[in-house]
Amino acid sequence: MEKQRYERPLIQKLENNMPNKFGTRTESAPMTHIDDVAVKDLMDKYGSPLFVISEKTIRTNIRKARKAFETRYPKVQFAWSYKTNYLDAVCRTFHQEGSWAEVVSGFEFDKALNNKVDGSKIIFNGPDKTEDDIKKAISNNALIHIDHLDELYSIQEIAGEMKKKARVAIRVNMDTGIYPMWDRFGFNYENGQAWDALNKIMRSEVMVLEGLHTHIGTFMLSPNAYAVAAGKLADLAIGVKDKYQHEIRYIDMGGGFASKNSLKGTYLPGSDMNPSIDEFAEAIASTLINSNFPPDKLPLLILETGRALIDDAAHLLGTVISNKRLSDGRRTTIIDVGVNILFTSFWYDHKITPAQPFTQYTENTVVYGPLCMNIDVIRDNINLPLLNKDDHIVIQSVGAYNMTQWMQFITLRPPIVMIDPEGEVHVIREKENLDRLLEFENVPEHLKDFTL
Amino acid sequence: MTIKNDIAISDSGFVFAPGTGESFTVNPIGAEIIQMLKEEKSVEQISERMLEKYNTDATTVEKDVNDFISMLRHFSLIEMND
Repeated sequence: MEKQRYERPLIQKLENNMPNKFGTRTESAPMTHIDDVAVKDLMDKYGSPLFVISEKTIRTNIRKARKAFETRYPKVQFAWSYKTNYLDAVCRTFHQEGSWAEVVSGFEFDKALNNKVDGSKIIFNGPDKTEDDIKKAISNNALIHIDHLDELYSIQEIAGEMKKKARVAIRVNMDTGIYPMWDRFGFNYENGQAWDALNKIMRSEVMVLEGLHTHIGTFMLSPNAYAVAAGKLADLAIGVKDKYQHEIRYIDMGGGFASKNSLKGTYLPGSDMNPSIDEFAEAIASTLINSNFPPDKLPLLILETGRALIDDAAHLLGTVISNKRLSDGRRTTIIDVGVNILFTSFWYDHKITPAQPFTQYTENTVVYGPLCMNIDVIRDNINLPLLNKDDHIVIQSVGAYNMTQWMQFITLRPPIVMIDPEGEVHVIREKENLDRLLEFENVPEHLKDFTL
Repeated sequence: MTIKNDIAISDSGFVFAPGTGESFTVNPIGAEIIQMLKEEKSVEQISERMLEKYNTDATTVEKDVNDFISMLRHFSLIEMND
């Protein structure tokens, strides 16, 4: 007789609390395949944990985003936010889809150049641009988005020495009615800092004011804040035209559009609650079109959307190491995915789906990572189906920031594979190994030998 | 170690403890274990039965059955005979 599928025994006390009107189930089906490739096959071949990126989803996302904006506004340009995910394979997918590069350091600038992005299509943001970075940006004709006056003066000096004009924009921060207000980057709109910087640029002979930039926050849940921001940038651009008869070529609205992840502390899942890209597009495009720009002189609209385009294109596969109980009887499950490779678990309640069939029974579970550190908590409360040791899980929507902010800490960082639209699997980043890490280290001669 | 005499368990996995008025749900394997405890089967006998019937291994069964019994104890559903 064939043996039946095993499930660990479960007993749960029925509590007389308020019933959960949204039901208790978080999952209805296992996630056995990603883009028609079996999760089990991927893990058998590449091990666990494993990042899996879907090229098809990236392309779908960027095309959908472009459509959302291009159907509402005549001139649109996306620039891929390198810091969100600067794996070359990911960047090049976006570049193939027509996105420029948006970088925030000399290292990212070099990565974009290495990816064969023309210098004039690199947007250089961020508060830390060294003298060498500025020289590199000017000589490559890049668009330098100035963050502070010290940088403005440096550009003035360096461009003067190089006898080459720098193409610049200023980053503007402003009150858009949201909290927190991001006023640490750029020049403030309301108190006149922005105008002060614009005046300095317009009077400079070595800087050309090409655009205006803002980036009002991250994981924004209010499309209206973008309408306010677009309106203020339009006012500045029209003011520059009136005062200096100089046309601003582009308005860069930055990024910060929310993905479909669920922020910690929110009641409803992000997939139900977060605004769609169309809602952000509508807010921005309608504000610019309704502003005082003459219809034939509308500036190019640049978007630096990162998270909303890449988050749901990546999954993190992992394995159950053990099931335990806390002293109060709560179930805990330890998986081989730690916060060192899933940085976003600090602010998202990531969706975790078993990769094999399960029954309708679930248990409130704390999910811990494998690190010998108390902070290594992947989910502090999740209603999970009953998992056994060695079962596989899929953590969804991990594409943004995890593969750039991850740390080599206690464990080695796992490989990353990309599934192309034809279903071929490519390793786009190798698994770390000890030899490679030791290449960075030097042991002084007197510390080489010891006896114990 | 036996399940308290007055504990009632339904076919659908609903457990009622009249002494405290508390109720619980168990999954089918949990219900089977409670049934076997009611029949005064030992942990070894229960584990053997699990291994015969289900596609699993001795380590997993030992760990899970002990964990389940510790939860029954946590909920005061069993009493120790000795």
